[in-house]
Amino acid sequence: MKLRDLTELAVRNLREAKFRNSLTTLGVAVGVASLVAMLSLGVGLQQLATSRLTKSGLFDTVFVTPKFNMRGGPQAQSGSPQNGEPRLLDEEARQELTKLPNVIEVFPQIRFPTEVRFDEKPYPTVVAGMPQSSQQSGSFDGMVGAFFSSESADEAILQIEFAKELSKDTNSLVGKTLSIRYAERQSLADGSGGFSIIPKEKQLKIIGIVETEPASGFGGFGNGRLLIPLGVAESLRATQVNDLRDAVRGGPAKPTYSSLTVRAKSTSNVDAIEDVIKKMGFGAFSLLDASKSLKIFFGVFDLILGLFASLALAVATLGIVNTLVMAILERRREIGVLKALGASDGDVKTLFFFEAGVMGFLGGIGGVIFGWLIGRGLNLATNIYLKGRDLPSIEISSVPVWLVFIAIAFSVVISLVAGLYPASRASKLNPVEALRYE
Amino acid sequence: MTTTPASTQNAIQLDHVSRYYTLGTTSIRAVDDVSLSIGSGEFVALLGSSGSGKSTLLNLMAGLDRPTSGAIHADGKNLADLSSLELARYRRNTIGMVFQSFNLLPRMTLAENVELPLRLAEVDHDERDARVADALQRVKLDKRTQHRPSELSGGEQQRTAIARALVNRPKILFADEPTGNLDSVTGETILNLLLEIKSSLGMTIIMVTHERPLAEKYATRLAVMGDGKLLSESANDGPQSGVGQ
Repeated sequence: MKLRDLTELAVRNLREAKFRNSLTTLGVAVGVASLVAMLSLGVGLQQLATSRLTKSGLFDTVFVTPKFNMRGGPQAQSGSPQNGEPRLLDEEARQELTKLPNVIEVFPQIRFPTEVRFDEKPYPTVVAGMPQSSQQSGSFDGMVGAFFSSESADEAILQIEFAKELSKDTNSLVGKTLSIRYAERQSLADGSGGFSIIPKEKQLKIIGIVETEPASGFGGFGNGRLLIPLGVAESLRATQVNDLRDAVRGGPAKPTYSSLTVRAKSTSNVDAIEDVIKKMGFGAFSLLDASKSLKIFFGVFDLILGLFASLALAVATLGIVNTLVMAILERRREIGVLKALGASDGDVKTLFFFEAGVMGFLGGIGGVIFGWLIGRGLNLATNIYLKGRDLPSIEISSVPVWLVFIAIAFSVVISLVAGLYPASRASKLNPVEALRYE
Repeated sequence: MTTTPASTQNAIQLDHVSRYYTLGTTSIRAVDDVSLSIGSGEFVALLGSSGSGKSTLLNLMAGLDRPTSGAIHADGKNLADLSSLELARYRRNTIGMVFQSFNLLPRMTLAENVELPLRLAEVDHDERDARVADALQRVKLDKRTQHRPSELSGGEQQRTAIARALVNRPKILFADEPTGNLDSVTGETILNLLLEIKSSLGMTIIMVTHERPLAEKYATRLAVMGDGKLLSESANDGPQSGVGQ
């Protein structure tokens, strides 16, 4: 029989026992809905977790440190790579890292102690330099005021706790000016690697207040309570901990970085970049392994949710078997007539198979719609709960397009499997006996 | 025992055909060593009392059942050797069947019932409508194509079944007690219709009946069965003057 005829006959047969077939299809829909709802929850939570983590910059960055030879081998040197031999993490190295493929930016971790002068009063705190890219990290979402206008703007963003120290009305601080006192490093002219420390002061305009402690990249800026543009922080040449270490080691006169953060275009590039950097002679590590573990965790999580949801689908499958077996009993004579008119065993089998498939297909579509509605309901309920606690809204359930297609396909396949036994039984009916059946 | 008009080619030939059933430990010989040749274009009536084996023999010739032994030659093949798929093809393309209880599908209209064999034979949609209309016109039901079987009289239902049986232009038409569920007048109308179709389409008709007078009035040959055996076989004068007009 042609596909069109098969479909027509199958749909006609299903319409014949409307109530029973609708109930069976509804059973399939409920099974698929539970599957879709569970998996959409898994997908939603995974998306939520990964998007937060990706935005934080933890998974698309490689943290680079100098590799020191602890066993008396050759000293770290500046210059071209020597097959993984230790190298100095200096400006030249930074430029090289910037030129690596799939690297967006390379920036140092700059954090130094300072004394803030505001309203004639001193406030000791820690200054951190923030790259412009940290604006996308999500940490500055919902901040009061604005983000730095440029890399070199003499502007500052205050962490809320520090802002509270300066004024009870934190919002009024935006637009005011404060000054920071810090120790500038000036290399000695004799090239010994030593340096002198000169006290300096700089005026900065407060342009914003942020609630969270921004963490951009591994190694982060968590301790900074006064945030300034990275460009400004670098230009200050403020003395940092590694300056003292370099001086004690008697290294070259030019300054080195204690660490650099390399941002990759995407997490998929991180592995390769990390390898290249290690070969260049630096220490490098990333949190990609943690991200992989996260994926494994959610994979297992989805599997468990899917298994539980599949139980509902298994029950629905039994419903299909039952409905079709009943249909064979009812339509015994009809099967006999079809065979007498020339239907082959295969035709009869395919017809019943099709009926199972149509129920699976319709149940699949219904299930996806139900499942999506359940997901919406979960999102709504969660957000009402979060709103009640003054927390930002989130999407804990998400139905991606692939889930829609997979759920429908799964439903059809399961239904076809359920139709195997009834279809085979119908096809084996003896036409003479079937025609005699009253 | 076997006599065939020399001038006609055989439509179907049975050689020592037997069909046994086992019921517990008892073996029932429903058809026992029957040999018979039916020429093309004949109207053969299989007569016999209830349980004589005539319907079983009809089912064997129609490819609905397989013989325990013997050979049934039809359309150049031995039905006993055919696979299940080949038998289905034989039923679909070579024969048509009419039953005592009509066996129309109740939820389909007349046109849809008649169309069913065309669906199974994968005839193109464009051709189907014309063939269904032609078949229904032959049985004079072309005005009631959209009615359902339950809206028709017994005679009309049997005419629909005949239309369904001939829509695929079969070579042989098997009729199992086609008048069994009809009053005598309607029964004669149906047989007249079969006769008319036989002469216009030139098909062979093999009819099972227990009504001897009807058989003698319409058939060209009578085969009488009893206890599974072919008891007698004789040529009949065939349709009397006025029959089939």
